Amino acid sequence: MYRDFGTVFFAVIMGIVMVSIPLIISWLIAPSNKTKDKLDTYECGEEAEGSAWLQFNIRFYIIALIFLIFDVEVVFLFPWAVVFKEMGLIALIEMGIFLLILCAGLAYVWVKSDLEWVRRRIKYGGGRYKPLSASSED
Amino acid sequence: MTVDFIFEFLSGLLDGFISSNSLLIISMLVPCLAIFGFITVYALVVIYAELKVSSFIQDKVGPMGQGVGLHAGKWGLLQPIADALKLLLKEDIIPSSADKPLFILAPFMIFIGAFISFIAIPFGESIIVTDLNIGIFYILGVGSIAVLSLILAGWASNNKWSLYGGMRSAAQIVSYEIPAGLSLIVVIMLAGTLNMQDIIKYQAGGIFNWIIFDNPFVPIAFVVYFISAIAETNRTPFDLPESESELVAGFATEYSGMRYAFFFLSEYANMFVVSAVAAAGFLGGWHSPIQGFMDSPAWGVFWMINKTGFLIFVMIWLRWTLPRLRVDQLMNVCWKVFLPLALINIFGVAIWTVVFNS
Amino acid sequence: MADLVFWIIAAVTIMSAAFVVLNNQLIYSAVALLFTLFGVAGLYVFLWADFIAGIQILVYVGGILVLVIFGIMLTNKIKSVRISHKSMQQGVGGVVTFWFFIFLFIALTKAPWAFSDAVEPVGTVREIGVLLLTDFLLPFEIISLLLLGALIGAAVLSRGES
Repeated sequence: MYRDFGTVFFAVIMGIVMVSIPLIISWLIAPSNKTKDKLDTYECGEEAEGSAWLQFNIRFYIIALIFLIFDVEVVFLFPWAVVFKEMGLIALIEMGIFLLILCAGLAYVWVKSDLEWVRRRIKYGGGRYKPLSASSED
Repeated sequence: MTVDFIFEFLSGLLDGFISSNSLLIISMLVPCLAIFGFITVYALVVIYAELKVSSFIQDKVGPMGQGVGLHAGKWGLLQPIADALKLLLKEDIIPSSADKPLFILAPFMIFIGAFISFIAIPFGESIIVTDLNIGIFYILGVGSIAVLSLILAGWASNNKWSLYGGMRSAAQIVSYEIPAGLSLIVVIMLAGTLNMQDIIKYQAGGIFNWIIFDNPFVPIAFVVYFISAIAETNRTPFDLPESESELVAGFATEYSGMRYAFFFLSEYANMFVVSAVAAAGFLGGWHSPIQGFMDSPAWGVFWMINKTGFLIFVMIWLRWTLPRLRVDQLMNVCWKVFLPLALINIFGVAIWTVVFNS
Repeated sequence: MADLVFWIIAAVTIMSAAFVVLNNQLIYSAVALLFTLFGVAGLYVFLWADFIAGIQILVYVGGILVLVIFGIMLTNKIKSVRISHKSMQQGVGGVVTFWFFIFLFIALTKAPWAFSDAVEPVGTVREIGVLLLTDFLLPFEIISLLLLGALIGAAVLSRGES
């Protein structure tokens, strides 16, 4: 086991070296005329306006949270899957309970519209948007 | 196993002359250099393939060396090499308001993530750099390093497009890791091991022993895995984070020259890794479809590369056929379609296996 | 050879951890935390816990660190993430930390650690799987309830206004 993971460690170091070599070659042979315009950040050719901070959708954070919970669940599924065929029905029932509880969690998050990327915030809907205004309770 | 093999070979040969430690380093160095060489050659081939396949799909001819000057070689074969040289010669611009250490760190991290997942891919019967006991789990885990490097790249550029591209890319990759992991659980349930070579050895004997034909639920798992893998590598139809027409180049807007090259080299390397995992897990790895026909260790490499190449061709084909998904459609598909489907697959395969005891 | 690699990984871990604590820019602390977690994964391998090392990378680096970095980015302007905190009461803190270090050192060196004469296993996943389904079944099922609680709690808290 040490030798296998030692190879992983060695590969990490090799990776660092392998990335550095083309960067060094590029540094040696590429031109270097830094003008002020080149060093500005890109904004479709205009002057950059405001610093790069914008009010972020909190959905990014919620997605990462939900991912983390399911990631831990996937991690528990791996050792179960390895011994599943040997242990048969009892393993199935035990994991079934585990997964059903987590499916309940998924259902909760789904119903409470935490998985929506875009919040429907149409308050005064009329016509074809009328059914949407009812779901703006989020 | 390759490291062990080379180490024993060199020990038998040079035991007294060079110390055992240096022999170990040499026997690790050679496969890593071979893998790096393979990645480079593969990148050139796949860039050329993408240019040609996309051109034929769009009813063009792509790069052709024509006329008197061989400016792109015969049939345009020198085009990828010209691309690589161009990227080497570009000026390396780091914006003045960018966060320099993180800006430089991001390409390192993403390439190392792709490179160290290559060392666990089985190319042939005993041709695998390290036969880790947690092989498939290790590849899945190491693939999650790319997420962080994309966020850091977006952040370090100090550019609204990069930041949005990086965050969206991270959210997308992170969401699609779950259905991909759950679909691989189906493979592991049937094979009973995490070791890549053992998973492939479980599928010995002709085409009908491959895991994809084991169970009616497994083809669905294969499709879920493959589509989640395409989403994880940020290919169209999931390439909103780096979409050329929307966010300039997404998280890589401010990168130029070789740094930019490493991001896209890593994307192609990731394509190979996920295709290789799909080929090894679902399609029988280095076994030939007809038992006994072209079935020696040397032919194993041929079959593995062919199966992986076929899946990469399907990825390129999908890229130039389907339109891009919006980001909310993307997330909906992942959490509301693929995740329940993957869970149903696990239950289905489990119940089928218990009922039929196969 | 294994010793040398161990010292390198331990040094990387400790130096990154020190960087996390001592640096006053949040985002650099988060990146140093990344290296610390990698180092810890390497240390797990030295204990023959290959599956746990994989979990460390998959869950900690791929999940928790992403969450931490998202949290930092959602709550800060890029330009203003220069000072994250200033240390106060450094004298008292230094004395307390020093005595706490002495206490830990004595506790760790005097503890009667049991040395196992276990044989290097081929892999730990199978044993973990069997144990999860037989001896540790109740904790396993309670973990699912814990995860459910965490999921609902996180969703409620991050919903904010309702």
